Amino acid sequence: MDLYEYQARDVFASYGVPVLAGGVATTPEQARDIAADIGGQVVVKAQVKTGGRGKAGGVKLADTPEDAQAQAADILGMDIKGHTVHRVLIAQASDIAEEYYFSYLLDRANRAFLCIASVEGGVEIEEVAANNPDALARVPIDASVGVDEALAREIVTAARFPDDVADQVVAIAVSLWKVFVSEDATLVEVNPLAKTPEGTVLALDGKVSLDENAAFRHAEHAALVDSAAADPLEQQARAKDLNYVKLDGQVGIIGNGAGLVMSTLDVVAYAGEEFGGVKPANFLDIGGGASAQVMADGLAIILSDPAVRSVFVNVFGGITSCDAVADGIVAALGLLGDSATKPIVVRLDGNNVEEGRRILDEAAHALVEQVDTMDGAAKRAAELASRA
Amino acid sequence: MAIFLTESSSVIVQGMTGSEGRKHTQRMLASGTAIVGGVTPGKGGQKADFDGRDLPVFDSVAEAIAETAADVTVIFVPPKFAKSAVIEAVDAGIGLAVVITEGIPIHDSTSFWAHAQGSGTRIIGPNCPGVISPGKSNAGIIPADIAGAGRIGLVSKSGTLTYQMMYELRDIGFSTAVGIGGDPVIGTTHIDCLQAFEGDPETEAIVMIGEIGGDAEERAADYIAANLTKRVVGYVAGFTAPEGKTMGHAGAIVSGSTGTAQAKKEALEAAGVRVGKTPSETAQLMRELVGSLSG
Repeated sequence: MDLYEYQARDVFASYGVPVLAGGVATTPEQARDIAADIGGQVVVKAQVKTGGRGKAGGVKLADTPEDAQAQAADILGMDIKGHTVHRVLIAQASDIAEEYYFSYLLDRANRAFLCIASVEGGVEIEEVAANNPDALARVPIDASVGVDEALAREIVTAARFPDDVADQVVAIAVSLWKVFVSEDATLVEVNPLAKTPEGTVLALDGKVSLDENAAFRHAEHAALVDSAAADPLEQQARAKDLNYVKLDGQVGIIGNGAGLVMSTLDVVAYAGEEFGGVKPANFLDIGGGASAQVMADGLAIILSDPAVRSVFVNVFGGITSCDAVADGIVAALGLLGDSATKPIVVRLDGNNVEEGRRILDEAAHALVEQVDTMDGAAKRAAELASRA
Repeated sequence: MAIFLTESSSVIVQGMTGSEGRKHTQRMLASGTAIVGGVTPGKGGQKADFDGRDLPVFDSVAEAIAETAADVTVIFVPPKFAKSAVIEAVDAGIGLAVVITEGIPIHDSTSFWAHAQGSGTRIIGPNCPGVISPGKSNAGIIPADIAGAGRIGLVSKSGTLTYQMMYELRDIGFSTAVGIGGDPVIGTTHIDCLQAFEGDPETEAIVMIGEIGGDAEERAADYIAANLTKRVVGYVAGFTAPEGKTMGHAGAIVSGSTGTAQAKKEALEAAGVRVGKTPSETAQLMRELVGSLSG
């Protein structure tokens, strides 16, 4: 789960990482009040989980509380790369003498963590990596040891931070490591890590990604979830504990197992090339041992998607047996009744497939059509979607 | 031969008395796996009954090894306790730890991985279906009745795509199939399996299944180009996955321009690996390859 900048700022502050005074506002009036509390010039920053907000006009300076209110009124509701701005961060404005970069992240290849630091911050770090790789220090971190003051100093030396800020950056590096471990983060990034003309080092903007698998030991993380920003169908699916991702096509997909469902999306997209570019409408993994209720919940969400014109249920019975899946489909259609109106192509294979196919044949539901192979069924579902 | 798991493997189950552990212990036994006991802290000394067959339950992995000489453990314990279960198995000197558990925090899996370095323990998983050497042994949840023993080695991030591919190629059969798991941090990698299959006389050709996220497939492609004499056929899932969305598996995510299926396919093809567009086309490529080897 990626946090908003204001959430990351709050987390940083709670671990003693220096940040500027600020607060988050959802209305222009709140923005004005926060600006008045801070006093002096402030910066009004759109809170969206995407880059490029500055270029899109989502970051503005304001000299007075009224000015902050006006800027917030402009920015709230703005669309930045498909993300609607619902909140603005009002932060004290600061002159910047130098901009650095600092992050901790997961290094998948080495199954460990990595620190990336640079004295060339304030720009996309990928640009620095491409144009001036020598300006990046990459320091591996042993997960069982972590970052203590000595390693933090090595990082500061490797990244060639100036002597006058070294002690401050060491302290920040140690605090950010505490954030990374204690919050079960997979990314903690500060960009820019800024030096003011007075010589103080501050985290001016940050990104934090939290590991959702660690939710069992972080009850407080639930409050950081912004369910209002999620797609409404994704919200409904989450409420039913379904693993669903909304896509922009027309063929609704239900399958078992993440890999097989990803593969199903691809096969439908290939098949769709022949039928006017029909594409998958969603990812939905109902997992192993899916009950009739899970199948019904999944079908209900997919059939309620106005973009969906046909549905492809693709199940390989590994541990699950196909007769249970077929029973689930029949029961699901019974539960849905007349609300099910779109054609459903079913491909069953694997464990007890003959019995599963027989159950669907005997039910002879008007909407359900069986195709024996995954490729053939994908083609049929694409064809039906292109006709509807 | 086969890799990692053979007829002489002696297997214990951590979490055997839980519902998943019990169900799959039953299945592993039914497929002929030599399961010699289970570990559930606090239940040491009890017996667990599997259709009239009593298996001993131990308090610790160390005790289980001392009593049974087990060399493989299959771990079904919940995410919260998985890290200590793996570390316990490593410290007890187990040879192979197969971690089935889904939902283990990254900081826990990096931690037990770091702990296992320099030990004699190979970790497979987490969030994986396990490993099967058909007709010999089955450590995990891969259904044993999909395909029998044969000449193909399989390595896959995905469980259901493993099953699908085994089903498609059931007439040829498998030396070993390894589900390495869909988490961002996993123990045994594609490369580890490729290396082991290269050295396994029972394996004639290899099918490698990848998916979006990370760069394990790209690194495997480099490894294949530099080290493999055996032929490899590939499949990659997730061409239609949008950037920044996790697709079911915790590790299946395209981040910016990295981790795309297209990049993985191109890397594999550059290494001389034929990559199928669909699972069945991939199976067909393997069928042609095995046919040419026989001829």
